[in-house]
Amino acid sequence: MSTDRLVDFDEVLTRYEPVIGLETHVELGTASKMFCGCSTTFGGEPNTQTCPVCLGLPGSLPVANAAAIESTIRIGLALGCRIATWCRFARKNYFYPDIPKGFQTTQYDEPLCTAGHLDVEVDGETYRVEIERVHLEEDTGKNLHVGGATGRIHGADHSLIDYNRAGIPLVEIVTRPIPGAGAKAPEVAKAYVTELREILLALGVSEVRMEQGNLRCDVNTSLAPIGSLEWGTRTETKNVNSLRSVERAVRFEMRRQAALLDGDVRILQETRHFHEDTGTTSPGRSKEEATDYRYFPEPDLVPVAPDEEWVGKLLADLPELPAARRARLSEEWGIAPTEMAWLVNAGAVGLVGDTVAAGASPADARKWWLGELARRANDAGVELAELAVTPAQVAELVGLVSAGTINDQLARQALDGVLAGEGGPAQVVESRGLAVLGESDELVTAVDAAIEGNPDVAEKVRGGKVQAIGALVGAVMKTTRGKADAATVKRMLEERLC
Amino acid sequence: MSTPSRKDPLSRQDIAHLARLARLAVTDEELDLFAGQLEAVLDAVAHVGQADVEDVPPTTHAVPMTNVMRPDVARPSLPREVVLAGAPAAEDDRIRVPRILGEEA
Repeated sequence: MSTDRLVDFDEVLTRYEPVIGLETHVELGTASKMFCGCSTTFGGEPNTQTCPVCLGLPGSLPVANAAAIESTIRIGLALGCRIATWCRFARKNYFYPDIPKGFQTTQYDEPLCTAGHLDVEVDGETYRVEIERVHLEEDTGKNLHVGGATGRIHGADHSLIDYNRAGIPLVEIVTRPIPGAGAKAPEVAKAYVTELREILLALGVSEVRMEQGNLRCDVNTSLAPIGSLEWGTRTETKNVNSLRSVERAVRFEMRRQAALLDGDVRILQETRHFHEDTGTTSPGRSKEEATDYRYFPEPDLVPVAPDEEWVGKLLADLPELPAARRARLSEEWGIAPTEMAWLVNAGAVGLVGDTVAAGASPADARKWWLGELARRANDAGVELAELAVTPAQVAELVGLVSAGTINDQLARQALDGVLAGEGGPAQVVESRGLAVLGESDELVTAVDAAIEGNPDVAEKVRGGKVQAIGALVGAVMKTTRGKADAATVKRMLEERLC
Repeated sequence: MSTPSRKDPLSRQDIAHLARLARLAVTDEELDLFAGQLEAVLDAVAHVGQADVEDVPPTTHAVPMTNVMRPDVARPSLPREVVLAGAPAAEDDRIRVPRILGEEA
């Protein structure tokens, strides 16, 4: 439990100006590891995806994965980076059990991509995030701490290591410090990671599933007194593994640091850990213990020298990027930028786009995803994309409504069935018997029964009180359990009574 | 990666620091011994700095090659029992290591 004193967020901004920065690690979705042919499949049995290269056994030699290098260059190009014409890998030397070789193969002063930028929008305002570098390295193994009360390292007796993840290609994307966001700093941080994730998805270089650790963020935060020419000392918060937490981590650090600065306490340049449950941070490794990594060029790998032709081809083959796609879709769908922003925030742009591509009108696709489906996702506490319904199925549902096979109310029941795994919309309509009743015998019987069962009301309608017909329509809808089309029922009643 | 400057002679503290980074247990006597020996090695290597390399392009790699890559194809890995047999200890199909101190994972 955190015992840090915190300053109210709005109050922080009356005295301090935040500067943030983000380091994002992305596990690439390659089939094999960075320097060997071991599979990268997630969730395999422990230590079944290792070999002499990724275990660092003597005599083994790494060879770089062409697809990983290509993906890294494509990420750089999508972020407007300069692509190195020549660069090397380096060894970062340290001893930690999750790194079997005694060093991590990474890039040091010669990253593949440098000097890019990414524009993000928060509340209608655009913030340019400068990208310092994009480099390629390898992931570490996974530790399991045994004997501690919470699975944490403190109090653990010993640790167990699974090296399946060791050597999976990892791209690190580092921003330059982002000043000037003020009160919006937490949201700019979140918007940056959100947009970066969209780009990575569009490029198809990673599954970017944050819950599987495909995308992990370190968030740097510092505060300086308003008007100060120098930036304050920053902290680096690790373990920030959801979009919401990126925002929470910045907010918490701003509030914590302000309380220290108010009391004239020096901010330590330190690594802090984010706690998802409480939204707080706690100190990790301090600067005094920080390791001397003794970087040097990796002698076992030859330099990477992407030639102009290769880079030119990768640039030409980049897919339409999210920002351009949104601009085009706003125009095609005829919606305002603010509504597009809602779709972005709901993570629904791709879903709506795919639904439209599957034949639904843009208006219907938006109505379903932002309405009924957003409600379902919210109730279930999941993202829209995680709902067990595909854009094609939503388009099918919309199609059934516009064809008059079902109405909106029946469509919601059909959706229940789809989400319950009973099959596609048409299948569920069939199996649950949801189709709207035409002027069938069943409906004729129901209409006649309603008139017979409510003689007083029927008499009123006959006598000219036409609005009383509503009660009869209601009675028919009730006996048909919502399957009748109200307009048809009304017409049939009028034919008999008026 | 810059050329290390050779201004100050290696101290016992330097050796102790390097030994700690390399996880080597070094006795007090060895600190004195290694400081002297490493100093001699570094002096010997420093002679290279006297060569006139004005017109010589830097050698960046022992092999004059670039872009050696492999296609992204997964291949079979080692059987787990072989992997674990090479570890000092194993438990639950994982490699067992002593308590990790000082840092949270």
